[in-house]
Amino acid sequence: MVTRAFGVPMTRREDPRLVSGNGRYLDDLGEGALAVAFVRSPHAHARILDVDVTAALDVEGLVAIYTYEDLAEDPNPRVSEPLPLLIPHPALHAPRVNTPLADGVARHVGEAVVMVVATDRYVAEDACERILVEYEVLPPVVGIPAAIEAAHRVHDDVPDNVSAHLVQEVGDAPAAIAAAPHTLSLDLDIERSASMPMEGKGIYARWDADDRSLRVYTSTQASTSVRFALAAKLDLPVDRIDVIAPDVGGGFGVKIVHPWPEEVLIPWAAVKLNREVKWVEDRREHFISSTHERGQLQKVTVGFDDEGHVLGLDVEFWHDNGAYTPYGIIVPIVTSTQLLGPYKPGAYRVEFRSMYTNTVTVTPYRGAGRPQGVFAMERTMDAIADELGLDRALVRERNFIQPEDMPYDHHLTFQDGRPLIYDSGDYPTSLEKIKALVGWDEFEAIRDTARAEGRRVGIGLACYVEGTGPGPYEGAFVRVETTGKVVVATGLTTQGQGHETVFAQIAAEELGVPVDDVSVTTGDTRRFKYAVGTFASRAAVMSGNAVALTARKVRAKALRIAAEALEVDPKDLEIIDGNVQVKGVPEGGIPLRTVAVLSNPLRYAFDEEAKRATQFAGTSDMSKPPIDEDDEPGLEATDYYSPIRSTFASGMHAAVVETDPETAEIKILRYCVVHDCGTLINPRIVEGQIHGGVAQGVGGALYERIVYDENGQPLNASYMDFLIPYASEVPTVETDHLETPSPLNPLGVKGAGEAGVIPSAALFASAISDAEGFFVTRMPISPSELWALREQHRALEGTK
Amino acid sequence: MTVTETTHEVTFTVNGVPRTVTVPARRLLADALRHDLGLTGTHLGCEHGVCGSCTVLVDGQPMRSCLLFAVSVDGAEITTVEGCRAPDGGLGPVQQAFVDCHGLQCGFCTPGFVTTITAYLRENQQPTEEEAREAIGGNLCRCTGYQNIVKSVLRAAEIQREQGAV
Repeated sequence: MVTRAFGVPMTRREDPRLVSGNGRYLDDLGEGALAVAFVRSPHAHARILDVDVTAALDVEGLVAIYTYEDLAEDPNPRVSEPLPLLIPHPALHAPRVNTPLADGVARHVGEAVVMVVATDRYVAEDACERILVEYEVLPPVVGIPAAIEAAHRVHDDVPDNVSAHLVQEVGDAPAAIAAAPHTLSLDLDIERSASMPMEGKGIYARWDADDRSLRVYTSTQASTSVRFALAAKLDLPVDRIDVIAPDVGGGFGVKIVHPWPEEVLIPWAAVKLNREVKWVEDRREHFISSTHERGQLQKVTVGFDDEGHVLGLDVEFWHDNGAYTPYGIIVPIVTSTQLLGPYKPGAYRVEFRSMYTNTVTVTPYRGAGRPQGVFAMERTMDAIADELGLDRALVRERNFIQPEDMPYDHHLTFQDGRPLIYDSGDYPTSLEKIKALVGWDEFEAIRDTARAEGRRVGIGLACYVEGTGPGPYEGAFVRVETTGKVVVATGLTTQGQGHETVFAQIAAEELGVPVDDVSVTTGDTRRFKYAVGTFASRAAVMSGNAVALTARKVRAKALRIAAEALEVDPKDLEIIDGNVQVKGVPEGGIPLRTVAVLSNPLRYAFDEEAKRATQFAGTSDMSKPPIDEDDEPGLEATDYYSPIRSTFASGMHAAVVETDPETAEIKILRYCVVHDCGTLINPRIVEGQIHGGVAQGVGGALYERIVYDENGQPLNASYMDFLIPYASEVPTVETDHLETPSPLNPLGVKGAGEAGVIPSAALFASAISDAEGFFVTRMPISPSELWALREQHRALEGTK
Repeated sequence: MTVTETTHEVTFTVNGVPRTVTVPARRLLADALRHDLGLTGTHLGCEHGVCGSCTVLVDGQPMRSCLLFAVSVDGAEITTVEGCRAPDGGLGPVQQAFVDCHGLQCGFCTPGFVTTITAYLRENQQPTEEEAREAIGGNLCRCTGYQNIVKSVLRAAEIQREQGAV
């Protein structure tokens, strides 16, 4: 009997370790290493006049104190230079990236100014407290309106605070809008939020002075790229560096940024001091010195006909990129392209400006610009429906790209630099499913009944298309050991997505071995050196297919070797539960472990099994050399998957909310998801990804925001004040799946990681608007804001 | 003037084993467990008592080890996630339930849930779904959306009942 692995909702093999306290997260490593703490700027914008370390020198256990001047004096000039601009773009005309320690000016609260190394973290913080930094406070730029006004500058040489300006156009949107029977304009606003993984960042570096080699553990989403960046920054040969992502306690985007200042500084100090050095970010540091996302102001103008067909769409938006642009302008590019969702926009024009502010730098957070784009588009769909008195679902349906339009070319450039062409999708069926799941057509009666009882309930709908699995590539290594066990390695990292399980499922299915015989290592450059990273819902698509392709190579080799041994045609062979046999004939086959032995012709036997492959064992064909031309020893292979372009997953969410007529409390009564990420590798894990995404979406729509005052001081930089939802705030999610396989990759999969979070702001704005009878344009929304909106609308009604 | 610290000897029982640590008065219980005793299953997510990742049982009660000084629990009996295993060394009922129900993703917050739920199920062996949700209401998870953690509470209760019936 064949045991299926692919598509099975199996439990995760990483779990027994993680539930029993045997995970190995960054701070669980390196006991006894020196500890680092930082003095960080308390000002949003300030010139650093002097650093006085005198009082800190008396702290017992202090090892070293470093400022920017120490970096600048290093014989290697690279270490004091600005950190890399990871993703350059022609439209990013004024990129600015910080130096590892502030070079004369700090541009946000939390920017690292002084680094202290000590025997433990308590002592390092004692020393930090005793270091006196003299600042000249400069006027800060806080919020997008202030950045646009440009009364002050974040960077002296960027007078308008604009880092990037990009326009993309398909057709003549202004003309189409001018000629349209109906037009409307919306001003929209989405506030700042942040990834907030439960584990912050952390780096632990070990320098081996005898071997002149460096091993760095870091809580990252991109260990292979950290390795190359460190080689460049520290001027070391890349082969003397290994970077390992241990168990990582969540990422959600923030840990794709690299190298962090600390990722350069901790290894630099380890080499300099010839000691093991570790830094573990605390929660406050994570709030003020990692990265945030989401903040945008948007202006949408749309022209449409009597039936609600969009004829022209013109979107202008301003994106708050914070103080620096290490990750380029990926977030606003994603907003500007993914905004279109499942719709044909007619003519489309989008223009954005990415703005500097004296706040924490903005880089992708799960969704990465899509929630903002979907907010703009879905609010527009609702506004059109309101204007024409049409059903909101109907207006959406009328604008859908149809299954027969696939592949659908938007004639725009996507975030991977490649054409925005949807590979597959069935939006009408998704809509049918979500309407059925939530009871869309029956809701009017429910709303009316509730209103008659003095209750306010509303239903919302939001649709999205998510470009997933962007390139350039991922790779995999697969080897069948002489024990019959299979080892798989990818350079791509894991932060809780269950890659150890899903990649094992893929390899097991392709090789025909029990899934329990497969073990997977991710994110360890000792095992696999080339990878891009875990972001943009790409792991299953990219590494999943790389594992499949590699396993197929190994399978082909196994069949060839077995065919020689069994003197049959490889085409007549199959592998069932680790046994290579003539199809349908389990007797007389040979186990993969034996094939693995035979694949490596030996002079020296190291165990009983290995004797079969030695030169007098009689297993070698004397007419050929032991290793054929173009062959290699070992039942193993490395291969890569590199797609022509991204795959496009899609989904639709519907929610029913109730708002309290007195307190304006917002309660979620129902939350429904229809999700299409192509072929499912492990439905249990996909479902989990959706649940988690929805929870972050609920947080982002109703609770979470990063608040700065006018001086650039963060006001809620703690879990006490930044309101991540507890179990009491997150609804039970009802899900339905649709599987439209991607034609672009062998497995037919699309990404699933970010989906759950994408439509939330649009969805809750839609549902709350429906409950309240006025149009919500700003998210997130709190009960007090909803209450204030009610007062505004009451006042407006009164003046009519 | 050199700044030095006075240390104190503290003795408590951890997962049934008497342990002694010598620590400064300000050393957090979480740090003592993690760094002095090597029990790194207890995690620090916020260091201000909000997230619950560092929850351990002190004399049977769930407490935030990031808000306790090690010196304040002298003589106490402490249970960490490492001590929530079954007597035979296999996974304990709550741990098994998390595996069965996909109650974790990155796993960083999980130890705090496991200890919290272990204590809760001693008080209530047969929680309803609503009670299960309430029971985990003080712990943050950024990955799962809690739905499968609620299921894990119910499943853990079921496993305990099955084991009790044996």
